[in-house]
Amino acid sequence: MTVEDWFRHDRLPHIFCAGCGNGSIINSTLEAVDSLNWKVDETVFVSGIGCSSRAPGYIVTDSLHTTHGRALAFATGVKMANHDLNVVVFTGDGDLSAIGGNHFIHACRRNIDLTVICMNNQIYGMTGGQGSPCTPTGALSTTTPYGMDEPAFDLCDLATAAGANFVSRWTSYHVRELTRSIKLGLQKPGLSFIEVMVQCPTNYGRRNRLRDVEAMVSKMRDHALLKEKYDRLVAERKPIPEGSFVVGTLTDRNLPALGVRR
Amino acid sequence: MTRVDFMQGNIASAEGALAAGCRFFAGYPITPSSEVAEHMARRLPKVGGRFIQMEDEIASMAAVIGGAWTGVRSMTATSGPGFSLMMENIGYAAFTETPCVVVNIQRGGPSTGQPTLAAQGDMLQCRFGSHGDYSTIALAPSSVQEMFDLTVKSFNLADRFRAPAFLMADEIIGHLRERVEFPDTVECTPPRPIREGMLPFEPEEDLVPGFTPFGHGHRVHVTGLTHNEKGYPASTDPDLHERLVMRLIEKVERARHEIADYDIENPDAEVVFISYGVPTRSVRQALLDAPEGLYGHLNLRIVWPFPENLLKKFPNARVFLVPELNMGQMAREIVRHCDQPVISLPRLGGELHTPQYLLDRAEEYR
Amino acid sequence: MRHEVKFTGFGGQGIILSAVIVGRAATMYDGKHAVQSQSYGPEARGGASSSTVIISDEPIQYPKVLEPTIYVIMSEAGFLKFGAGASPEAVMLIDSGLVQSRPECRCIEIPATMKAKDILGKPIFANIIMLGALVAATGIVSEEAMQKAVLDSVPKGTEDLNMKALRLGIEIASNGGE
Repeated sequence: MTVEDWFRHDRLPHIFCAGCGNGSIINSTLEAVDSLNWKVDETVFVSGIGCSSRAPGYIVTDSLHTTHGRALAFATGVKMANHDLNVVVFTGDGDLSAIGGNHFIHACRRNIDLTVICMNNQIYGMTGGQGSPCTPTGALSTTTPYGMDEPAFDLCDLATAAGANFVSRWTSYHVRELTRSIKLGLQKPGLSFIEVMVQCPTNYGRRNRLRDVEAMVSKMRDHALLKEKYDRLVAERKPIPEGSFVVGTLTDRNLPALGVRR
Repeated sequence: MTRVDFMQGNIASAEGALAAGCRFFAGYPITPSSEVAEHMARRLPKVGGRFIQMEDEIASMAAVIGGAWTGVRSMTATSGPGFSLMMENIGYAAFTETPCVVVNIQRGGPSTGQPTLAAQGDMLQCRFGSHGDYSTIALAPSSVQEMFDLTVKSFNLADRFRAPAFLMADEIIGHLRERVEFPDTVECTPPRPIREGMLPFEPEEDLVPGFTPFGHGHRVHVTGLTHNEKGYPASTDPDLHERLVMRLIEKVERARHEIADYDIENPDAEVVFISYGVPTRSVRQALLDAPEGLYGHLNLRIVWPFPENLLKKFPNARVFLVPELNMGQMAREIVRHCDQPVISLPRLGGELHTPQYLLDRAEEYR
Repeated sequence: MRHEVKFTGFGGQGIILSAVIVGRAATMYDGKHAVQSQSYGPEARGGASSSTVIISDEPIQYPKVLEPTIYVIMSEAGFLKFGAGASPEAVMLIDSGLVQSRPECRCIEIPATMKAKDILGKPIFANIIMLGALVAATGIVSEEAMQKAVLDSVPKGTEDLNMKALRLGIEIASNGGE
């Protein structure tokens, strides 16, 4: 098998905008799945509603494209009813942390054996660029026309605090690191949460002076602070660069997990 | 060998589910249905099944649908407030043709209402509660024995029509203890598998597609978007959407006479009671207390799809009296199907119509 | 014959279990029909508790109690709420140590809680003493059926004490009560 064999070719081309990073995240995921020799017919992709959640529709496995925010609850049912299935959830920042926030923390608390890949574009892309709980303070969106006046969620902190076994953050720029991280997550019993910062030039960049894709990607690249470097800065009591966010494996532990295949 | 027990309705429903092969339950505690979840929590692990208490009823319904798609008979149980929360995902189950069972032990509403008292206030919600058009199957038990029998039947109907089926019980029957007989085996009719060469959402002659559970190589994409027979999103095609929605309604509605489950007493009577669920018990007592043959009675065990042809089984009927623990929800449906006056006899607050009350009302229409 | 039995007392006395045992005795061991129900309130313990069981030779349609013919009352509050309005034809068994009032109908006084403490060492057996008294005073279920239903329903290891309690109740009631 190759990565190509995981695609549902009669559904392509996909609906993602030019310059969107979701496609490369799907690629990384399938690369990771394929490298582990997972079987198509033992793997289920589940998603909610939003751009990210269209991903399972392009993958050839059994897949469940569900209601807004509820992907983790549906996935919990799939995994609980059949531990032998590998279950991977695609979600977005709005789907996961706003309408699905309660399911998110409970899935992490249960540490149920799912891999959750969150494409965080900091906006509601599909519905036209409304603010989400991950829209940075000050950022413009159609529902924060004067700038976001609420703080954003740190999804990785949330997942760690709630009990997930594996938590990492990368960006759509860090393709190789991301693929490796997803691979670790897929292998980890319990809940693996992988947050991927991703550009949405259409609905985020356009409103926030990041008109072209390159500007968005370089901004992500330049502000991504490696976990190791971050730890070093903290240890040396040096200042953390403003606007930066930590990338890397943030949590890796082996708490008791639910739904693990025997 | 039949096993006999003196048992509560909610427990009998859980036992019915287990007998029907239900091996996954996801739920959230809510009065007066919690005994169903508690019993499943105790029993499922002992029969190789799994129980999970979810964070709310939205998640419970979602998990049940997820479980059902692995080919495992899956169920939840709830009451009014939880039922309301389940509505979006119930629509998803209807639209994605997911066979699953929802037990609703109805209590007084709206809102938190009367958690410990009986009602039948969710009869229209179970038919129309989610957005958009669809059809559902609803059963109404009026005894502890029927809590068992009709739970089994709910699974079979859900599988046959690939649709959510609702056991619309109430607090009285849910908490009542009575003698109940458990047969050694019950009839279980699993969903029809997909035939070679058919698409996952391509209907057979009865308008129901063969089932394609996950993990069996069907590689099916299931979406709540309007989808074509392959299961792929096609949400902007007006004709396809219309055809799909009409088929989902028609596959259930066209079977309404065939699957009808009812009792008829005194078909020659001129004054006829129509009831379902616990008021049936009051009507039966009223008929015993009245002069023989004076009043007719139609008891419905399947309420949706509504078997309107049964009204014709009372050729002399001048009036239909419909006692319900709501403001006349099914009476509205009956009105649509007959020329005779339909008198709604609502009872709210948790008390049941007494037989004497029913006789007094019937006397007015003699 | 149709008997409508009302049990009342406070939470923790086994009021609900009592009605379940009677229903079980009638349906499982006496070949009769029974329906049992109870009132639910928000309180789990300590509040007022009541439950009912209807016993009949015929199938029981209407499942609610309209006019109890038999009362088993184990608290003064329960008496005031339900027992005070009993019809003159009713039969009432009261735990005489816990209920101060007396009804106008036939009343059998059973010092159940006191006897449970004194003879069996724990007040928890009081409801079973009342069940023994109920069998002796009314015969709504047979003694044998009641024994079996009690044994079905009580925790393992407590069978002997519960049988003792049942016999004690039968004895007291057979002698006309206290």
